[in-house]
Amino acid sequence: MKIENTYWNTNLKYLVILLSIWFIASFGFGILFVDALNEIKMGGFKLGFWFAQQGSIYVFVILIFVYIYLMNRLDAKYKTKE
Amino acid sequence: MELQYWIWIAVGISFSLYIGIAIWSRASSTKEFYVAGGGVHPIANGMATAADWMSAASFISMAGIISFNGYDGSVYLMGWTGGYVLLALLLAPYLRKFGKFTVPDFIGDRYYSNYARGVAVFCALIVSFTYIAGQMRGVGVVFSRYLEVDITTGVVIGMCIVLFYAVLGGMKGITYTQVAQYCVLIFAFMVPAVFISIIMTGNAIPQIGFGATGSDGVYLLDKLDGLHRELGFHEYTTGSKSTLDVFLITLALMVGTAGLPHVIVRFFTVKKVSDARKSAGWALLFIAILYTTAPAIAVFSRTNLIETVSNKEHANLPGWFEKWQTTGLIKFEDKNQDGLIQYVADPEINELIVDADIMVLANPEIAKLPNWVIALMAAGALAAALSTAAGLLLVISASVSHDLIKKIINPAVSEKNELIAARLSAFGAVLLAGYFGVNPPGFVAATVALAFGLAAASFFPAIVMGIFSKRMNKEGAVSGMVVGILLMLFYMTKFKFGWFGGGTNEDWWFGISPEGFGSFAMLVNFVVSIIVSKLTPPPGQEIQSLIENIRKPN
Repeated sequence: MKIENTYWNTNLKYLVILLSIWFIASFGFGILFVDALNEIKMGGFKLGFWFAQQGSIYVFVILIFVYIYLMNRLDAKYKTKE
Repeated sequence: MELQYWIWIAVGISFSLYIGIAIWSRASSTKEFYVAGGGVHPIANGMATAADWMSAASFISMAGIISFNGYDGSVYLMGWTGGYVLLALLLAPYLRKFGKFTVPDFIGDRYYSNYARGVAVFCALIVSFTYIAGQMRGVGVVFSRYLEVDITTGVVIGMCIVLFYAVLGGMKGITYTQVAQYCVLIFAFMVPAVFISIIMTGNAIPQIGFGATGSDGVYLLDKLDGLHRELGFHEYTTGSKSTLDVFLITLALMVGTAGLPHVIVRFFTVKKVSDARKSAGWALLFIAILYTTAPAIAVFSRTNLIETVSNKEHANLPGWFEKWQTTGLIKFEDKNQDGLIQYVADPEINELIVDADIMVLANPEIAKLPNWVIALMAAGALAAALSTAAGLLLVISASVSHDLIKKIINPAVSEKNELIAARLSAFGAVLLAGYFGVNPPGFVAATVALAFGLAAASFFPAIVMGIFSKRMNKEGAVSGMVVGILLMLFYMTKFKFGWFGGGTNEDWWFGISPEGFGSFAMLVNFVVSIIVSKLTPPPGQEIQSLIENIRKPN
């Protein structure tokens, strides 16, 4: 019972961290702060525009693969203890 | 070689491939029919999910829509990809752990009530039917445009193909044809994109190319912004919608994506929980290839279009202009009779109307690419439309045969008869979808986008709380789903079809468009569910242990 609770709590901690990044990269950089970021240019891209049409999508892909890695590690840890 | 021959060859080869796969992978049990036997490899499932997900609209229309809306089009890019993060982190692994066949299965079991199951079936059917009618129409349009048959014949051909592999193969047949369809559609999308990127910027990667400089040394995006300002359009790289509305539309599309039954059900087909997580990652990676290329195509084709037509003599335009004019997708009216094309924002002076679909369909011709590339586009567009239609069909047939007949009406039904019922309902659903494809209700285009709002307002809260809250009970979940979907239906029929007194943009509640309203309805769903569940008894011990079990590691 206790082991399961730690497993679940660690999972929830990962979710909070990853979903915060998810929110900041898309709703933050791509929508709420887009005008401020557009002042910065990266090559031909205005940064806010780039996050809205490119960057946020790359971040999403990376987030899921990080989650896969973290959870596989967590699963392995609890499997050995069981 | 003649274009028409190329098209017949490309379409013929890809269709025989799909049919061959269907015969090889036909389903013999309900488990194979509903979830492909539950042993699909995560990468294969990722590809199938991507093909399932990317419809004719993603393939044909999205780049065009972005091309005309610039930054405002970002809602689709972020909305239709960001949902996979929610899916991977909040839904897919737990639903796989739960291990049944359909979304109403989960709702019905977790909320220990056939009433909840019934509501979920109702929501699944509404969402899937609004979506599939648009797909069959897409199939018809693509057939008629490329094979030069009329739309009805096109829809009928499409129906026969889908019928063949969905009814025969069930989820198993659909999964492996979708893998093939993904390969066809992504190849067809990328080849012209890479060619055009090389032609316009000298960079073979479109994602980088559209931030690079053109042959004149000016950054492409700066040039496009300048052209837009000159012609009176809104600047390409900045928005014209309110921040609140952009925020809510993006959220509704994301949450709706995560709540769409035909997407969720794909995660029931893998062997274990870790595979469900993996296939969500692969699915998004495969989707991202197209979704990061689309905004590049949007910029290339927008610049190309303006430079080719603006203030040019109509008589001297390249051949594709006239060809697409005859299809009605390009309309030109020389208002001031000067023989030049005035393409500007002001509707009084503007002489040119270009349909958004042109941007992808005519792109190879505009960029003077060889005929086989155009044929490839036809095969790709058909793959996109067929794969999505098949995935939706399966949800509809499983809702009827499994959730309605097996779980509610007649639990004693044998597996053999359930399988027959599944095939019959798939058959019925194809006929109905085909009917809507031939006689599209005027609101099809409008409702496809709204299907996301409906999914967001109904399923997402019920599933998420079913996993993350042990206190959520059947009273709360059912009242939340009912209020959520009715509120969304009310708002969309009021402002889209003029029911309940109708209304204009001025009357929108808090300035929220119907597309963004799903976010609001979802919030209401959450609030109603929580309040009602606090006032009613908590779920029993059995449900508590069911939730514990879903959360446990493998």
